[in-house]
Amino acid sequence: MIEVKDIHKTFGDNEVLKGISAKFLPGKNNLIIGGSGSGKTTLLKCIVGLHAPTKGDVFFDDQNFTEMDFTQRVPIRTEIGMLFQNSALFDSMTVEENIMFPLNLFTQQSQAEKLDRANFCLQRVNLEGKNKLYPSELSGGMKKRVGIARAISMQPKYLFVDEPNSGLDPKTSILIDELINELTEEYKITTVIVTHDMNSVMGIGDHVVFLHNGQKWWEGTNHEIAKTDNKELNEFVFASKFMQAAKDKL
Amino acid sequence: MFTSLGRYILLLQLSFRKPEKFKVYWAEVMREMVSVGIGSLGIISIISLFIGAATTIQVAFQLSSPLVPRSIAGSIARDSTILEFSPTISSLVLAGRVGSSIASQIGTMRVTEQIDALEIMGVNAPGYLIAPKIIAGITMVPLLVIASITLGITGGWLACVLSGDVSPSDYIAGVQGDFNGLTVRVALVKAAVFGFIIASICAYQGFYTSGGALEVGQSATKGVVYSCVMILFADLVITRLML
Repeated sequence: MIEVKDIHKTFGDNEVLKGISAKFLPGKNNLIIGGSGSGKTTLLKCIVGLHAPTKGDVFFDDQNFTEMDFTQRVPIRTEIGMLFQNSALFDSMTVEENIMFPLNLFTQQSQAEKLDRANFCLQRVNLEGKNKLYPSELSGGMKKRVGIARAISMQPKYLFVDEPNSGLDPKTSILIDELINELTEEYKITTVIVTHDMNSVMGIGDHVVFLHNGQKWWEGTNHEIAKTDNKELNEFVFASKFMQAAKDKL
Repeated sequence: MFTSLGRYILLLQLSFRKPEKFKVYWAEVMREMVSVGIGSLGIISIISLFIGAATTIQVAFQLSSPLVPRSIAGSIARDSTILEFSPTISSLVLAGRVGSSIASQIGTMRVTEQIDALEIMGVNAPGYLIAPKIIAGITMVPLLVIASITLGITGGWLACVLSGDVSPSDYIAGVQGDFNGLTVRVALVKAAVFGFIIASICAYQGFYTSGGALEVGQSATKGVVYSCVMILFADLVITRLML
């Protein structure tokens, strides 16, 4: 299980995170939602160690990740897969090389085994045969799927996803959400997703943490969102007329 | 300034930490060597030929006295090429060609979160991205300088053949006479130091880029400018220390 305790993060005079504590449930889709500038991505980056929290701790299965140095973190990092907002594929490598990159560095597998694993991951994200393409030759949705394939190549225990639906059409967004959900259930991965896409929240939000002004404002399941009387959460979730109408019908 | 210097030293320290897997890093070193060495050979050849030719013609023009033997043009052109033109001018050109490429490549990786992706995987990003470039700089710039010296002297000979200001036989006699091996050692030390300066400063600028495309461009410009200034400073220091 991933747990954050009293996380604060300050950039200059700007306190972005103001003491966030939360637990992310194992084998579930944990969603961090909130408006722009609420601190979602900063929290995610603090959890994975890209930002050092100003105060507070992050625990991966009761191991204090914040206190570890680079070398101590490596075993945990090899259990982490991450899909970035813009996929962050390595431009100079083909799809296949991108997926095999962590395998090359952290496993003793033979070239054939690594290739098998890369093909399996590509097949899992429905991109068979795209091995030799470069990221510049892929569409936004395909890049996301290659990003997911790379993230699962090391069979991670934890999957972090930053804005999986940004820049995608609604249909592709749903496909990506379904793929993440399938992988989470199939491999019992603890998935943490940062999003402000309400389809994702309602579709796959097993556990939702709502941030507002750098604080944890609400926590619950996607089913509980419709019934909550939390003013800020209601304003955020049901901002559009469509969502308001959907809520009224419930 | 001291903060930047401290960050630069820390980044270098991180860059030379033990690699996760030597084989993967070695492949990266080879790739960078090809990029720096083979990729720069064309431009270095062109500038070396022309500078060698121009230097010889100018020396011949300035030493037109009948009291000075014509062969002296060859020896002056040789020493100028070995000591200054080949290592320094080539490195200034390389700062523009290789340095801007290093800074913009690493800077783009930073702003597109590719460096974050490396770190998430547990890869020592400075080690994977910067160390191979520094090793390539230190090894390939001296080789390019040797090629530049050869082509510079050849350019001088071609100028003699084409212009007739100095006879080719006088030029060759001048090039061969009173040769001091120390000049080549100085040139190679300069080249290795300049290679390190170009790769490390430009990589540093790229690695700490934040923002977007505009900032990547600014990092590349800063990398080239700082490298050029440091090359000229190091040139003076090495010349003073070794000659």
